[in-house]
Formats: sequence, C-alpha cells, structure tokens
Amino acid sequence: MRIALFATCIVDAMYPETAKSTVKILERLGHEVIFPKAQACCGQMHINSGYMPEALPVVENHINAFDTDDYDVAVAPSGSCVASVKHQHPYLAERLGKPELKERAIAVGKRTYELSQLLVDVLGVSNAADQLGSYFPDTITYHPSCHGKRSLGLGDRQLDLLKTVGGITVEELPEADQCCGFGGTFSLKNADVSTAMLEDKMKNICSTGASACAGGDASCLMHIGGGLSRTGAKPKTLHLADILASTMEETVTL
Amino acid sequence: MSAKEEILGRIRSALSDAPVAEETPREYRTSSQMSEEELIEMLVDRLVDYKAGVEVIDNAQIPELVAAKLKDANSVVFPHGLDQRWLADLPQGVAQIADAPGSRLTVAELDETSAVVTSSQVTIAESGTIILDGEPNQGRRAISLVPDHHLCIVPVSSIVQLLPEAMPRLTITRPLTWISGPSATSDIELERVEGVHGPRTLDVLLVRGL
Amino acid sequence: MTQVFLGMPAAGHGNLFEEEPFPQAAHRELGNTQMRKNLRHATHTIRDKRVKVVGELPDWEELRDAGSAIKNNAMANVEELLLQFEKNFTARGGTVHWARDATEANKIVTELVKETGSTEVVKVKSMATQEIGLNEYLETQGIEAFETDLAELIVQLGNDKPSHILVPAIHKNRTEVRDIFLKEMPSVDPELTDEPAKLAEAARSHLRKKFLAAKVAISGANFALADTGTLGVVESEGNGRMCLTLPETLITVMGIEKVLPKWEDLEVFMQLLPRSSTGERMNPYTSLWTGASADDGPQDVHIVLLDNGRTRALSDRFGRTALNCIRCSACMNVCPVYERTGGHAYGSTYPGPIGAILSPLMTGIEAEDNGSLPYASSLCGACYDACPVKINIPEILVHLRGEDVDAKRETHKIPTQMDLMMKGGSWALGKGKNLGLLEKALPLGRLMAGKDKKIKKLPGIAAGWTQSRDIPAPPNKSFRDWWSDEKESK
Repeated sequence: MRIALFATCIVDAMYPETAKSTVKILERLGHEVIFPKAQACCGQMHINSGYMPEALPVVENHINAFDTDDYDVAVAPSGSCVASVKHQHPYLAERLGKPELKERAIAVGKRTYELSQLLVDVLGVSNAADQLGSYFPDTITYHPSCHGKRSLGLGDRQLDLLKTVGGITVEELPEADQCCGFGGTFSLKNADVSTAMLEDKMKNICSTGASACAGGDASCLMHIGGGLSRTGAKPKTLHLADILASTMEETVTL
Repeated sequence: MSAKEEILGRIRSALSDAPVAEETPREYRTSSQMSEEELIEMLVDRLVDYKAGVEVIDNAQIPELVAAKLKDANSVVFPHGLDQRWLADLPQGVAQIADAPGSRLTVAELDETSAVVTSSQVTIAESGTIILDGEPNQGRRAISLVPDHHLCIVPVSSIVQLLPEAMPRLTITRPLTWISGPSATSDIELERVEGVHGPRTLDVLLVRGL
Repeated sequence: MTQVFLGMPAAGHGNLFEEEPFPQAAHRELGNTQMRKNLRHATHTIRDKRVKVVGELPDWEELRDAGSAIKNNAMANVEELLLQFEKNFTARGGTVHWARDATEANKIVTELVKETGSTEVVKVKSMATQEIGLNEYLETQGIEAFETDLAELIVQLGNDKPSHILVPAIHKNRTEVRDIFLKEMPSVDPELTDEPAKLAEAARSHLRKKFLAAKVAISGANFALADTGTLGVVESEGNGRMCLTLPETLITVMGIEKVLPKWEDLEVFMQLLPRSSTGERMNPYTSLWTGASADDGPQDVHIVLLDNGRTRALSDRFGRTALNCIRCSACMNVCPVYERTGGHAYGSTYPGPIGAILSPLMTGIEAEDNGSLPYASSLCGACYDACPVKINIPEILVHLRGEDVDAKRETHKIPTQMDLMMKGGSWALGKGKNLGLLEKALPLGRLMAGKDKKIKKLPGIAAGWTQSRDIPAPPNKSFRDWWSDEKESK
C-alpha cells in the first residue's frame, strides 16, 4: 500500500522523531510511505479559535496537498488533526460558501486515518510485539486524547496496541477519560481552568507510578509533559508511535 | 401587530432557509416478550429500589393485605369507583371516606386523612412506573397526593415491560400522574432521599387474577 | 396574499448574560475550594448513576437518534405545531398567551395573578421563569413568589443564584444547606441536623401550609404536545403535583421550542430525560394535563408561549439545534470546565456547555460578555456524548467562536495579539513552503531554552502557557528537512 504521511505541524516542527517512528512502523509492515511536501497543517488552531477566513488558506492547502491519486490512504499520528480533517474541513467550506471545496474535503477525510485506526482496522495489526517487533521494557500509563476517543470513536485501539508491546507494563490511569485541559488556544484563553484540569491529570498520572504517560496526540502530550516538567514530577510523556517503533535493537529511552 | 403574529413572523423569517428534517427513525424497542413472572420480578426489583413497599398477592388476598398495610391509619380516602370489597377487612375504627362527584373532600380534609387507596391504569416494569389516569377507581389527582400514605393496587394484567407498550393504554387528554416510588429528592449533593411533599409512603399490591 | 411584515428574530433579555469575561469569572470561582469540593462530589456521583442506568437500555442510541430527529422536525415545523397546540389547548378550556420577550411575559403573568386577587403564588421550578426574572418582577408588583422545589428553596432562602439547571443549589453541601435553613426558615427545629432526609423533612413542614392554601401556581413545562394540547411537568418531590393540582389558577410559562409534534413522542423523551438528568430509571412524578379538566385540578389554566431570543437562535442554521435541549443537565454534569468553575461563572440562567451556546445564540454573540462563553470549553466532547438529543455542542461552540471573531473585526480597530498570531499563522501554515521556511529557524528557538533544554517563560498571550507548563527546546531539524535529507536524497 502507498501511504501518505500527514505529519501534522506540531510533529513536523517540534517532535520530528514521532513522524520518523510512524514511517518506521509502516515500512516495517512493508508499505511505501510518501510525504506530500505541500502539506503544512490541518487548520484546527484557526478554526477552534474562530478565525474562519484565516483558516481557509490553511485548509485549502491541506486539501490541495492530499486530494491526489498519488496514494491509497493518508495517516496522521494524531486523533485531533484527523478529526479536524474529517469533520471541521467540510464545516468550514460550508460556512464560507464553498460547496466544491466541501466535496473535496469530504473525499480527503474519507481516506485519512489516525495511526491506530489505520494499523488496526486497515492493516490488521493486533499484536505489536509480533507484527511490528515493538519492545519497550518500562512501565507506562495511557491517556486517551478526547478527539481521538470521542470524535473518531477510536475506543481502546491505542491502548490495546500498547498492551501488546514486548516487555511493557501498562498501568491503568484513573479517570482516564477526563480531558487533560489542553484544548488548543483554550490553554491560553482560559489558562486557569486549563491548569486546574492539568493538575488533576498529572496527579492521576503520578498515582500510577509509571515512568511515562503515553498518548496519541503530540499536542496533549506537550501540555501534560510541560506540566510534569514544570512541577518536577518524574513521569515523562511519549507518543504511541514512538513506543510502537521502539524495538529490542533500537530501544527508545525516556 | 399582536405578539402572536410577530412571533410567528419571526419564526418564518428564522426558517427562511427552509430546513428539511430527516424522517424520525424509530428503531427503539416497542414490544417485548417477557413472561408474567419475569414482568413481576422486574417490577418488584424497580419498586424496591425506589423504596416502595411491594407485595405480590392473589385477588382474594386484597382485603387482608389492605388492612395489614393500613393498620396504623385513622382514616382512609378512596375514589368512588374503587371496589369497596377491598376495604372490607379494615378495622371498625378506621374511617372510610369516598371522594365522589358532588361530595368532594376539601384540601384540608384530605390533609387530615392518613391514607388513600387507589387502583391504577397501566404499569411499566422496566422503569417501575405506575400510571393513574383519573378513572373512577383511581380518582382525581388530589386524593393520591395529599394523604401521606398511598396504597396502590396494580393488576398484574396491567403490567407491560416497556414505556412504548403502555402508550396505547393511555388516554392522553385525561389528567395523568406517573408515579415511580414515593416522593424523593436528589437536590442535596445529588444523593437521592425519599420523602418530600408527595406521599412519603408508597405501598404497591401486585395482584394476580385481577 | 402578500406578507406585509416579516418579523425579524430579536434578541432575548433577562437573565441570559455573562457579566464579565468568562476567564475572569472562572478565575474567581476556581479559588472557592469548598464550592469546588462540593461540585466535584456531586458531579461525580451523578455521572456514575447516569452511566449505570443508561447502560441498562440496549436501545439507548436508537432512543437518542429518535429524540434528535423528533426535535429537528419539531423545530422545522414549529409554527404549525404551536398553532396546533394553541387550538387543542384552547378547545379544552385553557388560555394561550404569546410573549415576545421577558418583559412582555412578566407583564402577562402579573396581570393574570392580579385578576385572581391573590398576592402570593407558589412556583414549580422553571427555567423559563428564571430566565425572565419573574420572581423579581412580581416582587416589584407586590406579589410574593414562593419557590417550592427544594434546591430552589435553598437558593431563594440563601439569597443566592442558581448554579445548575436541575439542582440549582449544587454548589452547596448539606452542612451549608442546614445553616441556611436554621437562619432563614421560621419555626425550624433548632436541632436540625445536616442529614439530607431531615433537611427534606424541614422543607416539607415549611411549605405544607403554603401548598394547601395556595390559590395561584406558576409552572414551567417540560413538553407541550401539539396534537392533543397537553402539557407535562417532570419532577421528583411532589411539589410539582401540589402546584399543578391544588390551586384554582395555574399559569405555565414555556419557551416555544418545547413543543413536540405527537403525544407518542413522550415515549422517547420520558426514557431519555430521567436517565440523563437525575440518573434514575424514572423520576418519581410526572404530571400531564390538557387544558382544564372538569372536577380535577385548576379550572383557570393559562400558558404563556415565550420567544425571548429563541427565534434568534432558530435563525442560526449552524446553531439552531441548541433549541433541541430538553434541560436534562447531563452536559454540565460531565463537563470538566463546569466541574471546576461551577455555574455562576457562566452568568446566565443556562450554565455549562449548553449555556455556553444557548445564551449567546439567544442574545446575540455581541451582547455584554456573552462572546466569551463559547471559549469556555476545551472541546473535549464529553457533552456531545452525554446529550440525549445529540446536540453537537463542540461544533456549535466552534461556530460561535467564528461569530465572535467576525463580530469583533468590526469593532477592533487595533488587532489583538491573538489576531496577529492567527494572521501570521494563516501565512505560515497556508503553504508547506512557508512552514518549511519558518522551520529553518528552529535552532534559534533552542537559544530561548535554558541548560535543561526547557523554555520556561514566553511573552504576551503565550505567557498563559508558560505560567504552568514548560516547552521543550525545539529540535535542530524539522521532519520535513529530515525527509528531504534522508529519504529524498537517497
């Protein structure tokens, strides 16, 4: 299969290792990965902040970059950005009176998958150790990010994959389904509430005794990790893709 | 222009894009296959959960059970259409007062009455809901409200499992009261406690053969 | 026939406004540790109960689908349904009044009460009358209104404001309630404990005489059934039954969005509502009445059909489904923001996620500080999951943020920091080439980091981030550049 990687802007600029991990996993399964260079961002930050006309060039750019016959499916290591592509792009096009763009947005959305969704539903991965050689000899806990869980309906796909990584111990996160408080510009505009939510999330993470909190969205992890770092707490944050890409030979370290 | 005309005009203007709503899917359960025993079991479970008193009895036991449940009552009001044989075993000292057209009890009189006995129209097992619809054996709404103890007769033949199964048995334009346990509140810390303004005791007799 | 005048949807008034920007109100409320403890306890209790009773129904999703569709249909045909309701309610001896806004509704109710000669009314909990500020208005007209719902009573006695639509005193714990009763309830037992059952009993004795003597009652309504002219009130304590049954005159104030097409639709909503609101299989009491019933209950029966901004909400094609709300409160019970700030932070009668969309939709986004409400959410979507009529609250929140930004474009002569950030972002993220160019500067960002490779302080609005979080030093090379160097050149 020819798979187009949508790296997402935050991974591209801040967490390039996570994109590399995604490439590694897919290549290990024997697929060809391409990176459409015209891509930049899903536009979620603009849309969620209410800057709709400003979001338009960003969304149009994404649709132009991915509305091609050059690949079979697209994948992103982010539930949130995929949810934006699937749900927000058609809304924006309709709001701004662009029916043709809306049709194209829907078509691109249909071909776009979140990483665990692609691995489990399309590529038939059910055991990460056996099928991907994943190995991570440490204790983690897992935070299911809201957009993946609710907007995409990922269920336990990410957690189930993590549980099948070789050498891993997964501790259950109390109140896992509670939002971490990131919410994009919510973390700036309503910094106090965001921080109050973050505090509870960090408390729950620390209560598990895990060395790391894994998740499927770099943005939530940056928020949680930033808070843990500030408070001097022990646990780090790590993207699902990085754990799945970790092997006996090339083990990811915290 | 009247307020009515103006509001209707606003509605027309608000809906000028002529939205067309999808047809309503009704894929939820509308019929069930529970046996009588299963229905009784489910209903008892719900009523007990609501902290209502509940007994499953035969038709012939009604007078005995009514007397037993109302042993502490001084006076009992009943709707004029109620089968008065049901009250036959009440001790002599207990006043039995019929609420009938032309001789209605006042609110103050109802407040001085210790208990009320009514029948019921239809009962939903899944939610533990007894529906009274003002038939002569159920009476007007005030009589099952003001006395502090409500003894309600539920014929087993009137129990259905699902709310949609109860709907055809109702005449919606009558004043209806749906009762699911004694009065209760969750207003303090969202914890349910029984016994506020409505009857604080609800006893239900589930009667076979009625 | 030509339409001479097409009424334009108008904004609502009354208690629908945020009085200060939400972040400011939230900051203050977050500091109230007792309130936060109370709310955490109450919302977590109700969440667990709701999940349990919802899980019991194998057809919950089918019920939600039906509920959502019935409401969409009702709103698409609301004119016809209101007329049908009016005809049927009137035919059965009821009187229908129409009120354009809060002021008009208050005046209609006052006139009706004055006609009875009564100077006291008992009230069943009603969001509509809370929204229009009816009690306060009646007071200016020499009419005293007694709230009879336990939580409303707590709020009224405590001179407080409701903070939740179902449990208006959710921010108070049992001890605080006891203290209010001891202070404000005449002839209360001075030994009153804070046991909820004892507090409920105290409310019973306090209100008993009022119920038995009341001549006039005022209620809201959960539903109006168009095809029969029936009204319904869903309640728990029996205070509703008291008000709806014992007085001679009954005045109901109801928003026009509450009308349902067919009486059979009740079979859907009476399954959805109790399980979503109090987390019970069914609420203790539901009363249904159709006009006046001979020999049973009030013979002088009125309804005031209220617009007050509802047609304004209806005119927003992306936001109108907010009117589908059945006031169950599930969205606020599951909301992580509401759980921490409480309902007062939202200003309006309608707090929580539904309030954050409903208030600005009814008043207009530009009214007072209502423009700050749609941002009071991390968009986590828990509300949408819990909503029994599937209102996509996160989507409407985002839509209203767009309305807010667009409205402010006209008034802001000088762009805000956020405006500049978004304009810059639009350029940077609008082309892969532009982002790539910018990413060349990533190593510069590393200079901002300390020895521990963490950025701890950022200026301007980004300071909101670094007040509680570090940012890792950026990488030396973006993925894009790595791809060019490693994958394409080989």
